[in-house]
Amino acid sequence: MIQVEGLTKYYGETLALDNVSFQVNKGEILGFLGPNGAGKTTTMRILTGYMPPSSGQAKVAGFDVFKDSLQVRQRVGYLPETVPLYSEMTVHDYLDFMASIHQVTNREKAIDRVLEACGIGDVRDTIIGKLSKGYRQRVGLAQALIHDPEVLVLDEPTIGLDPRQITSVRQLIKSLGGERTIILSTHILPEVSQVCQRVLIINRGRIVAEDTTERLTAKLQGGLRIRLQFVQAPEDAETQLRRLEGITAVDKIAPNTFEVTCAPDVDKRNELASLAINKGWGLLEMHSLSMSLEEIFLQLTTEEETS
Amino acid sequence: MKNVYYIAKRELKAYFVSPIAYVTIAIYLAVMGGLFGFILYYSREATLRYVFLHGVSILFLVLVTQVLTMRLLSEEQRQGTLELLLTAPLRDWEVVLGKYLASLCVFLVMVILTGHFPLLLIRIGNPDKGTIFAGYLGYLLLGASLLSIGTFASSLTQNQIIAAILGAGIVLLLWLSGALGDIASGAFKGIVSYLPIFDHYIDFVRGVIDTKDIIYYLSLTLLFLFLSVRVIESRRWK
Repeated sequence: MIQVEGLTKYYGETLALDNVSFQVNKGEILGFLGPNGAGKTTTMRILTGYMPPSSGQAKVAGFDVFKDSLQVRQRVGYLPETVPLYSEMTVHDYLDFMASIHQVTNREKAIDRVLEACGIGDVRDTIIGKLSKGYRQRVGLAQALIHDPEVLVLDEPTIGLDPRQITSVRQLIKSLGGERTIILSTHILPEVSQVCQRVLIINRGRIVAEDTTERLTAKLQGGLRIRLQFVQAPEDAETQLRRLEGITAVDKIAPNTFEVTCAPDVDKRNELASLAINKGWGLLEMHSLSMSLEEIFLQLTTEEETS
Repeated sequence: MKNVYYIAKRELKAYFVSPIAYVTIAIYLAVMGGLFGFILYYSREATLRYVFLHGVSILFLVLVTQVLTMRLLSEEQRQGTLELLLTAPLRDWEVVLGKYLASLCVFLVMVILTGHFPLLLIRIGNPDKGTIFAGYLGYLLLGASLLSIGTFASSLTQNQIIAAILGAGIVLLLWLSGALGDIASGAFKGIVSYLPIFDHYIDFVRGVIDTKDIIYYLSLTLLFLFLSVRVIESRRWK
């Protein structure tokens, strides 16, 4: 649905995007992760036809974002980082205006649909300037949905919301996936693991990682890590564990507590459990340790800085 | 063209939601009415010529047009809503033209509301209707080009006040360019003496409708609208 190839963008002399390429399939929710100033907004602005790239090309639904800009803009719903609202208009009038400039045929029906979807029906006739931050954000989202776009580009959609609103906006975005293709930028890491199927980590204008959240975790830590705790493990438990096939490392982190790392793409949990039971060590606890997105993120972005 | 209508409609509503349009129209009618009354009282002539040519009415026209246009594009940039318009399936010129037309509508309403001046003159005297018509035509054309200059000024900045001062500055510079005509020579003199923004207006007020003058104001209007579109376009390239 979205194809980006060798996208590069200079602001004057400053390089904002450096040869960025990626793809988003139809119905996928892609998380765009990166520190502030990494190039997330720039990428999104190019995809929405706000500005052209310096070189490279991007296609949305088969249309080039620069050459067939109007075609692309008809198919994309965009929520910029600073929610663009006319503060003197009522929610209804604002959405009506947005519907009309997107050539929506049955405007009232479209307005009712997005009011319902975003849960803002109760402020339909309120002046936007009087709305709280949470409502404004949802009006912004409603605006992006008004023409029932195939592609949604959301720049930090949960910024500035309270925890309950964040949950409801995330639910909403998740429910929109499936039929729509969504790109979502954020620097809140749990958001990505909750909402997105795939993550793209960008730093200093370059993509430093791209994969599903699970695979990215596994890849970076180089294999499954398992923590084991026993009632009573013998002195040589560490050696015995290491002798198992497919185990690459064993660390004793406390008496009777070990961290075992499996070879990539190998899951030895079953074997470990049988070993502990057969030898009568008394298995108290076993769980896989996953590297959190925070760790991945920090690892990737700091590696980048030191190189 | 439909998009132009949508943009203009929203803009017109915005004018009348805020007090800007009401205050501007009210003050405009008060000042012009006062001027008309005084001139009529002292001159005892059934003509609008002195009203059209009075320094107060010309300077006030500059002020009013710049106030009407100062927020058109600057406010969109400040609020971030320009990003909304530029990522909607609209062409840049549709945005600029729609906004310009909204300001032109408000201006037209203002001018139409001075319609009782000629009606009054016709009742109490015997004015030259053709001259009055020509005067109004010149006034509208001049106003239309001043609004276009104001639109251009507001495309350049996020700040309404700067936009208004910038617009007025451009108008006054175009006015001053007449002084250059006195010291210039050759082809340059020809160009410079064609430039001054109020000179062509004087012909209309005298009752002369000259195509050259109409073309002058129309091309001035188009030029500054075109420049505004280019400025908006250039935002994309930054």
